Amino acid sequence: MSVDELVEGVLAGKRRSLARLLSLIEDEDVRAPKALSQLYRHTGRAHIVGVTGPPGSGKSTLVTQITKELRRRKKTVGIICVDPSSPFSGGALLGDRIRMQEHALDDDVYVRSMGTRGHLGGLARSTAEAVRAVDAFGKDVILVETVGAGQSEVEIIELAHTVVVTDVPGSGDDIQAIKAGIMEIADIFVVNKSDLEGAERKGAEINAMLETDIREKPWRPPVLLTNARTGEGVAELVDKISEHISCLRDSGLLEERGLQRSRDELEQMMEYKLTHQLLTELRGRPEYNEAIVRIAKRNEDPYTVAEKLVMDFLLKYREDAG
Amino acid sequence: MVTLAIESLYISTRGSPVSNPKRGGSLNSTKKIRVLVAKPGLDGHDRGAKVVARALRDAGMEVIYTGLRQTPEMIVRAAIDESVDCIGLSILSGAHMALFPKVMELLKKEDADDILVVGGGIIPEDDVPGLKKTGIAEIFGPGTPLESIIEYIQSHVRT
Repeated sequence: MSVDELVEGVLAGKRRSLARLLSLIEDEDVRAPKALSQLYRHTGRAHIVGVTGPPGSGKSTLVTQITKELRRRKKTVGIICVDPSSPFSGGALLGDRIRMQEHALDDDVYVRSMGTRGHLGGLARSTAEAVRAVDAFGKDVILVETVGAGQSEVEIIELAHTVVVTDVPGSGDDIQAIKAGIMEIADIFVVNKSDLEGAERKGAEINAMLETDIREKPWRPPVLLTNARTGEGVAELVDKISEHISCLRDSGLLEERGLQRSRDELEQMMEYKLTHQLLTELRGRPEYNEAIVRIAKRNEDPYTVAEKLVMDFLLKYREDAG
Repeated sequence: MVTLAIESLYISTRGSPVSNPKRGGSLNSTKKIRVLVAKPGLDGHDRGAKVVARALRDAGMEVIYTGLRQTPEMIVRAAIDESVDCIGLSILSGAHMALFPKVMELLKKEDADDILVVGGGIIPEDDVPGLKKTGIAEIFGPGTPLESIIEYIQSHVRT
């Protein structure tokens, strides 16, 4: 399939084209960035919602329930579930679909499973680009379920507009709740499995933790109790999810974050591009390898050499450009 | 001039390009075989499917498992959405002569019959030729060494 056909298919809403593109993205095929570059202007419309929390806290079940509620409200939904890849074999068992069977044949729901393929941080390396493809495909809401996260898998915050953090009763005390990391990134807290003993107390602990934050903010994360098995509390959760994006929009934060993200992405791309260009040029040269030997022997230092190589590179291209 | 060829613009949003020089060369270096392990029909026994799923994972494949009691429609939809290279059907209820061909028919209808389909479970020898005629590539009965399944998939998926 050519890049143009892929792009056309994705924009026409063909599931196979989207599925194919997602594989190219995951496999880091050279066609993926070409397609994404054509699709870029069709993105930026979806509300991206991250769902994160410890393993077994009911993320997949909650995602299914959120989807059900969104479908009731006539929203189309894309779901990306990230599961860990084995550090030993590189393989993965992607089992999040098991709990999403209810939407298995709904044409307005697209579910895709991703292995982390060695990437840490709660997402796969290509999750952001996968979300972009689903966005271009035209889904209203994209739910991103992270791997079972602990205290530092916080990458989802760079990707999602709204982050839902799930927890369950009986997990740790009130000091766990005040620690940095995952507890800090929540726009909405969910204490799932609300039928279990201690759910109310867990909610109260999280609320108490939130009250220790006395900074003035346009949004104070609500703490909700849900039972994802029965769907209890899910309608309120979906209300809060849409209230949150409205709040971001009204406060100007959405635009601000959008600019920040565009800047970060552009700078990362340029950094990669420049580094790649520079290294491709240098690595073939004998004097480059000689410099490395001199640094290893302490005849030169890497600070000076790096400065000189980069400046020479930039100057040379400035002269070429005339 | 610095040429900004778009194909070399591929970046990860994180991660240093220097620590992964492979990305500078052949970018198509991370292709993984994706397999859907599916249980069509009404039997509730998936230990065999889970053992196979785990073995495929340990062989470096990405295995999507969708649980029990899948209709052929659900299986084909999942296979397409997940862009799998192979579907492994496991059945112990005896309904394979009805359900396996249905899966093949739907795959054809969706223009997705380039996906390798293999089967397993309790399937009488006499049924195997008929199933193969519908496009099932291979049937692995009880006692098949896991290595044979792994090798078969590795050497028969489309590349």
